Amino acid sequence: MTTNDRQSLVSVRNLKKYFPVGQGLLDKLFNREALAVRAVDGVDFDIYPGETLGLAGESGSGKTTTGRLVLRLLEPTDGTILFAGQDITHLPESDLRPLRRRMQPIFQDPTASLNPRMTIGQAIAHGLRIHHLAENAADERRQVLDILAKVGLTPPEQFIDKYPHQLSGGQRQRAVIARALVLRPDLVVADEPIAMADVSVRAVLLQLMRDLQKEFGLTYLFITHDLATAKYICDRIAVMYLGQIVEIGPLPQVYSNPRHPYTQALLAAVPVPDPDARRTQPLPKGEIPSPIHPPAGCRFHPRCPIAEDVCRREPPPLHPVEGEPEHLVACHLR
Amino acid sequence: MEPLLQVENLTVTYETRQGPVHAVDDVSFTLYRGEILGLVGESGCGKSTLGMALLRMVRPPGHITSGKMLFLGRDLLRLPEEEMRKLRGRHISMVFQDPMTSLNPLQRIGDHIVETIRTHEPQVSKQEAWDRAAQLIQRLGISPDRLKDYPHQLSGGMRQRIMIGIGLALNADLIIADEPTTSLDVIVEAQFLDLLRELRDEFNLTMVLITHNIGVVAELADRVAVMYAGRMAEIGAVRDVFHETLHPYTKGLLASVPSIRLEDGLELETLSGAPPSLLDPPPGCRFHPRCPQAKPVCREAVPAWQEVKPGHGTACWLYDEEEA
Repeated sequence: MTTNDRQSLVSVRNLKKYFPVGQGLLDKLFNREALAVRAVDGVDFDIYPGETLGLAGESGSGKTTTGRLVLRLLEPTDGTILFAGQDITHLPESDLRPLRRRMQPIFQDPTASLNPRMTIGQAIAHGLRIHHLAENAADERRQVLDILAKVGLTPPEQFIDKYPHQLSGGQRQRAVIARALVLRPDLVVADEPIAMADVSVRAVLLQLMRDLQKEFGLTYLFITHDLATAKYICDRIAVMYLGQIVEIGPLPQVYSNPRHPYTQALLAAVPVPDPDARRTQPLPKGEIPSPIHPPAGCRFHPRCPIAEDVCRREPPPLHPVEGEPEHLVACHLR
Repeated sequence: MEPLLQVENLTVTYETRQGPVHAVDDVSFTLYRGEILGLVGESGCGKSTLGMALLRMVRPPGHITSGKMLFLGRDLLRLPEEEMRKLRGRHISMVFQDPMTSLNPLQRIGDHIVETIRTHEPQVSKQEAWDRAAQLIQRLGISPDRLKDYPHQLSGGMRQRIMIGIGLALNADLIIADEPTTSLDVIVEAQFLDLLRELRDEFNLTMVLITHNIGVVAELADRVAVMYAGRMAEIGAVRDVFHETLHPYTKGLLASVPSIRLEDGLELETLSGAPPSLLDPPPGCRFHPRCPQAKPVCREAVPAWQEVKPGHGTACWLYDEEEA
């Protein structure tokens, strides 16, 4: 079955988010053009049930903003977001609330995500209460203990009354995962969920997220700057540059046959933990330009080693790679 | 190879309310001129404290309790503070993770470099120092016009280049870089690593590269030192440590590092447990509670340093000939 035959859980079309840049009094007096950071600028993708879609890119690529838009933590500037077939693009907060249970975030810093004055048990039970998911106090406690055990905080009776500061960083992130999963969500948007952990803890958390995905039938949007980590959890991957997707497809296809010069550079730049591996691909010059005035045409053209005239003039559309119909690239020359 | 720095039995202690914590515990190693030594380990293993100790900049409640640090023939631990201050910046320079916190936001980039040069070489005129700064940052791939910029006007990658530049301006003998690429994006990181490699060859740079990123060490370092719970676990040439790994902790650490290569598969080894609290470290080898190969002796006695082959050593009972 190809992905096209399946009903998507999340469907995003032409999604945009512009953040206005503060104007000074003089700018207003002289009627200067209002500026905006085009954090997300016309993004299309689907997430299918049970899969992990990776959203990769460097700082400022718009990956985090995209995640927050999908969760409707931000109001989109333009475009549509469908969640389980329902248009949630401009749904008012009161109508969003029942959907919030079904889409849960996990952020990078577990310490910032947990209230320091709440025990782990209270934090997890909080969501159950808001969504009326526990029949009584005993049922609530049972559910909390259950999920603590599932995320590996065992024995759960020992963890339920602990405060965040009494846990290690890795344990705190497990608690955050437990708080999200106790609500039995369909979608988990995980924004750099293991970036702050140590190498050995990262491997453990990654394995945990894979196990829980199977057990709970979860769908993940996995946002990361780390393409090596993405390999271990993502089924498909979208590479973002300056607010747009430049390449998207099944991860093995994108990694073994990257078509966009930016994807090629990004993959080649990742340090390999093998002293005999040497980078052969030349690096693009310079750094990501400002998202206030993105380059015309293809946004990567000023740094691209193979850019031609057409790249400076016209933005390239996403189109399938020859022989790999699910693998799309936005490049005039590929 | 000419030793530049010899550290012998260095111990750094933090006095805490719960008691003393030996963040660096009886650590010895030699650093040779012209090499890049990667110092790796997880949070709390003592690698950053060791970096600060090399500059004698451990902040209270921490202090260096014992050991020797022979640098260019002198024991740094016996130098008066005034002498040490002259050495810092002039001979030993430091690069931190976040260059924004190391640069004065109110001072132009050029003034930073000029001030550093003129502090240590007062005979140099302002104009001469400025010219030297311009030459230098051009070598680092930044237009000399940017000397007039303030730190916030530069990108993270440029700021990190400037930090290295401040060290190079005085031709420092030793640069200690603590997670220098951690705040950089992957392409900028790769550009920066390329630059460091070129500078090492061009200036015969000696560097201690403190990092948790095993990939960065594999790319750049000549030798690796692996720390665990305040102690040195293994030291050797980068190929030896990666391909003929000795210490079980190093093995576990290397096997848990994700690799971008598809052919490396999807399985990651996971070390069980977590590093111990240094307030109450386990007796014997500190890694024994997590070690898959632990023997009775590992629980009882601290393993001595074993030179398993020339230049490649470890502190592990598995390699103790009398025990084996």
